[in-house]
Amino acid sequence: MYRYDELDQALVDQRVAEFRDQVRRHLAGELSEDEFRPLRLRNGLYIQRHAPMLRIAIPYGLLGARQLRALAAIARRYDRGYGHFTTRQNLQLNWPALADVPDILAELAHVQMHAIQTSGNCVRNVTADHLAGIAPDEIDDPRPYCELIRQWATLHPEFTYLPRKFKIAVTGSAEDRAASEVHDIGLQLRRERRGEIGFTVRVGGGLGRAPAIGQVVREWLPLPELFAYLEAILRVYNLYGRRDNIHKARIKVLLKSLGLERFRAEVEAEWQAARGAAPQLTSEEVERVRGFFRPQPYETLEDHDPTAGRELAFKAWYRYNTRAHRVPGYRAVFVSLKAHGAVPGDMTSAQMEAVAALAERVSFGLIRSTHTQNLLLADVPQRALYEVWRELAALGLAMPNIGTLTDMIACPGLDFCSLANAGTIAVAQQIQQRFDDLDYLYDLGEIEIKISGCMNACGHHHVGHIGILGVDKHGEEWYQISLGGSANGFTALGEVIGPSVAQQEVAATLERIVETYRDLREEGERFIDTVRRTGLTPFRERGYAAHPAAA
Amino acid sequence: MRHILRRRDIVEDSWRYLGEEVAPGDPLIVPLAELRAERERWWNWAGRLGARLNPSDRVEDLTGDLPRLDLVAVEFPNPGDGRGYSQARLLRERFRFRGELRAVGAGVRQDQAFLLVRCGFDSLETTAGVNLEAVRGALHRYDVAYQPGAPQVGLRRQRFFASGGGRAPAPEVLSNDG
Repeated sequence: MYRYDELDQALVDQRVAEFRDQVRRHLAGELSEDEFRPLRLRNGLYIQRHAPMLRIAIPYGLLGARQLRALAAIARRYDRGYGHFTTRQNLQLNWPALADVPDILAELAHVQMHAIQTSGNCVRNVTADHLAGIAPDEIDDPRPYCELIRQWATLHPEFTYLPRKFKIAVTGSAEDRAASEVHDIGLQLRRERRGEIGFTVRVGGGLGRAPAIGQVVREWLPLPELFAYLEAILRVYNLYGRRDNIHKARIKVLLKSLGLERFRAEVEAEWQAARGAAPQLTSEEVERVRGFFRPQPYETLEDHDPTAGRELAFKAWYRYNTRAHRVPGYRAVFVSLKAHGAVPGDMTSAQMEAVAALAERVSFGLIRSTHTQNLLLADVPQRALYEVWRELAALGLAMPNIGTLTDMIACPGLDFCSLANAGTIAVAQQIQQRFDDLDYLYDLGEIEIKISGCMNACGHHHVGHIGILGVDKHGEEWYQISLGGSANGFTALGEVIGPSVAQQEVAATLERIVETYRDLREEGERFIDTVRRTGLTPFRERGYAAHPAAA
Repeated sequence: MRHILRRRDIVEDSWRYLGEEVAPGDPLIVPLAELRAERERWWNWAGRLGARLNPSDRVEDLTGDLPRLDLVAVEFPNPGDGRGYSQARLLRERFRFRGELRAVGAGVRQDQAFLLVRCGFDSLETTAGVNLEAVRGALHRYDVAYQPGAPQVGLRRQRFFASGGGRAPAPEVLSNDG
């Protein structure tokens, strides 16, 4: 993984000192809340329903064991002994005290971490495919480019006060596991015939209000032009993006109002005109950063079937919670943060410490967070899988449900977030209870449920096979259900199938929907494929049939 | 008397804005719209001339006047409106403006000072009551940066550099000031 050099370290240390001074001035009454807000947001600090919330950056989801231990210690010392992994691969603490935050940031800086630009109207944490570097179908490892973009975007003098937040994702595979088409900029790695690396550049994707799928602004961008082209896009956006209405300020709105052709012409003209002034991405620098992401020193092993002669529970876990690795004899292992009865994405300090130790023993000391709110041990020898399973099971982290209906994404919702209209945790737990039969879950197969507590769509409900959106109806929490969304490989936005339902009706409605699927599916057909084939009508009719609670 | 931070010095501002009390020959700053409306009149102004850009003004609309201008003031109505950062880089890097580039308005505060100067501003005019000493001190919060930027704040280390001629030229008004 990337290691800070003296420059990187000095920058985060100086950032901590700056924020310590800003907090001091705020508490002394020298900075009003209005003046302090944009400053604290750019350090990941929200003021939430109960307490501040601190969002800690996990660049492209990669953590060292030492860092995960530090997160555990921070959560224990400054919070309530747990943290929440988010869809941007970050970690949120829900209960820190404002006055402690500079100390938390200093402890983070000590392990080469920070909370810089995890919120606010600036370039946010750059995300990547969680199987980066090990996926058999990968064109190139996206993480070096993510790290370069992280550095380019950090405290960018020109682009720290954008019209709105700005999210960039890089995917290294044809199968897009980074949801790059629903980002402000989605970069898809390409390799030309001569071996040259470059990107297809999509702009204007995003969820939230008026969700949109990114459009191709440039089919092929050679790697050395990466910064210059990003600067051109950001400059056009910074100058011409709307600032009069927060709901119309994302780059997708600018792209739509200009139209793709004109937007592209503006960006290309800016790119050409600014070339000499844009930061240069030299091949030396690319190689320096790539050097941190070389393949691990794998043993020479052979693939074998570690489930032979083992119990059914292990077989199920192996099937659902591990993934193919490009190196023979290895597997990638999901650490499921989706145990039934638990809050999706939550993890205790004790669990973090145990997983850090496990990673050191069996996975080169590295841990990844995924945008589906799980962790991943990427490089586990197959011969260690049985022991790993037993340990994870003892920790409550081996729920064999990855990719199934209860591997839900959920934002923190009304329980924590001051933006939310409705709770998400109670709904997630209601679904976990209703679908607690593993055989039934396995029969349903791959289904992605994504739950957001409001239109801001932190739970990515638009791109869930089943999306659930919390809405406020006369002070009560109701839920709107959509079907047909997807962010993997083929990006599509779901369509609302009917009136919103009361909270206690959510799981029952889902059950009618998946029963409809069971009746309609063809041999081996996944839920999303059935929805695409039949359209929404049968689901609408059956999901809402004789449904007294619907309004 | 208004004071500003010009590079590292807190100085009295010798410039006047159109609408303020002004004597013939005083250095005068007029809004871009005014300059465009009565171009000949302002070009013939007896003293030094400056223009003031609003966030929504296009820098391209000013380029024809740059040879006449000794100062461009870029307005930051609040700290969240970041358009002026792009306007500044365009003026310095693309249109090679070498006069005084001033950030002015309620958005010009100590917590923005480092970024402003990195984008090419060499003078900062805050609203009344803001402590200019604190603004000056804030220029030294960082001595490293990733991106290329204007050379007014000395950096110990920088990661990325502009490929060619991208560095903002050192403003002439500051040439005697190390």
